Amino acid sequence: MTARSRKRRPERWILRLYVAGSTARGSSALRNLEEVCEEHLAGRYRIEVVDLLKQPQLARGDQIVALPTLVRRLPPPMKKIIGDLSNQERLLVGLDLRRGGPRRQGPA
Amino acid sequence: MRRKGTLQRLSKVPTGIAGFDEITSGGLPKGRPTLICGGPGCGKTLFSLQFLISGAESGEPGVFVAFEETRDDLIKNVRSLGYDLESLLRRKKIAIEYVRIERAEIEETGEYDLEALFIRLSGAIQTTRAKRMVIDSVETLFAGLANTGVLRAELRRLLVWLKERGITAIITGEKGINTLTRQGLEEYVSDCVIALDHRVSEQVSTRRLRIVKYRGSAHGTNEYPFLIDDDGIAVLPITSLQLVHNASSERISTGLPWLDAMFGGTGWYRASSILMSGTAGTAKTTLASHFVEATCRRGERALMFQFEESPAQYLRNMRSIGLRLEPWLRKGLLEIQAARPTLYGLEFHLATMHRQVIKHNPSVVVVDPLSAFTGGTLDEVNAMLMRLIDFLKGRGITSVFTHLIPGGGPTDDIDIGVSSLMDTWIILSNAPPGHNGGRHLSILKSRGMPHSQEARAFELTDRGTVAV
Repeated sequence: MTARSRKRRPERWILRLYVAGSTARGSSALRNLEEVCEEHLAGRYRIEVVDLLKQPQLARGDQIVALPTLVRRLPPPMKKIIGDLSNQERLLVGLDLRRGGPRRQGPA
Repeated sequence: MRRKGTLQRLSKVPTGIAGFDEITSGGLPKGRPTLICGGPGCGKTLFSLQFLISGAESGEPGVFVAFEETRDDLIKNVRSLGYDLESLLRRKKIAIEYVRIERAEIEETGEYDLEALFIRLSGAIQTTRAKRMVIDSVETLFAGLANTGVLRAELRRLLVWLKERGITAIITGEKGINTLTRQGLEEYVSDCVIALDHRVSEQVSTRRLRIVKYRGSAHGTNEYPFLIDDDGIAVLPITSLQLVHNASSERISTGLPWLDAMFGGTGWYRASSILMSGTAGTAKTTLASHFVEATCRRGERALMFQFEESPAQYLRNMRSIGLRLEPWLRKGLLEIQAARPTLYGLEFHLATMHRQVIKHNPSVVVVDPLSAFTGGTLDEVNAMLMRLIDFLKGRGITSVFTHLIPGGGPTDDIDIGVSSLMDTWIILSNAPPGHNGGRHLSILKSRGMPHSQEARAFELTDRGTVAV
């Protein structure tokens, strides 16, 4: 079943959100992200939350400087969006979900 | 407990950069950030790396936060200077934290801070137990991120954060159009600000270092010339100007018995300075070379700065009058440095000479000719020479300077400023037509030594320089 759905929808999204501990900014970034994902990528996304206080060594690999930072690991190319993701328009632009109507190529 | 009322002097951390620690009486303010700014290629990164490496080698590990160059770039850059950065990295004496920010990759939405950067720095400090840090260059953040309000606030926080950890830090900044740095970093750093500058005028390249601000510490407001050579950065003066050297009463041979005889039979004082003036073709170089030869024969080291001839040509010319210097070269007792001072400018040359003297550690130095030093006002030349002579005397080195008097002019044309720096002043001249003996030598002055008042005639033969 999973395999079949993968085949039908090859564009799988892996999003990683870097935060440090539980901060208001981190929580609102996650909330804002989930909201957008549910609306635009329902069923084909995964969000990984990385707490740099627990795994500081991961900051180097993705060249993280600011927090919170959202990294679009898949699909390529890699994208970074920093901030609490409160501006939904810019989040969509940053994720390439709003350019020449990429939504149409979506699940439907 | 005598804490009350005692004004604590600012402690300092040596940078290991030749000359810099002297002009700042100790180095950079300990546990505080210093800003080093200047245009591209001015030597900021090298200065910072030397500070870090020197610390790592003397028990103060450090972190290099590189915004512009990768780890491999940095290793390569200092390898030519003989620093084994790789080994220090392996032994965790230095950590390089390479931070790359690509504006094209980044979208900003909403509030953020630079906590991840702090976490990374904190990790690097922990793994090395760092006492020093370099951030090169923090301004890259401003190119990569748009929210300057956040960046400025975070930069302030970073400086406080470093102070709290007792880290002696250098942050570098790129020169702005009318400001020391593009982002006005000088406003954030209150303790120490240093500006580096690389100028080329009249095809002469000079590097200068200026201490713009150094809180709680007396510092000269002067600009100090510095150079970058095979050993890294050296700031002039390498030694401070003090008349404290011990006057030696030991005499050493001039290399010519008849000339020794003119100085009471034993030659001139060790660690004194000797000026040989004369018009073209009066055997100034030859006499100086006899002294060099005698020095090497005693098993001492001599360093010759030959500014007019190539070493090969010079050696050939000396051979023609029976002076063979090659064996001493092979034995490593003699070192000949040849370069035209006009290519670099006065300061660079003097700095290079300091370096060579330190490297070769000679007991005799010959500068042939002194007149090659141009490119400054007379006062500048004199000040430089004074420093050089002072430096040589401080190391117990006997120095001989030849000086070309322009064609046919009277001897008293020579600048008095230069001659007053010399302990012994010898005048060489061609004998007037009709006189016997090709050349004449007379001693104009010789401090603290009885000396002959008469002019001696001498000749150059293929068996040496002989009195007639």
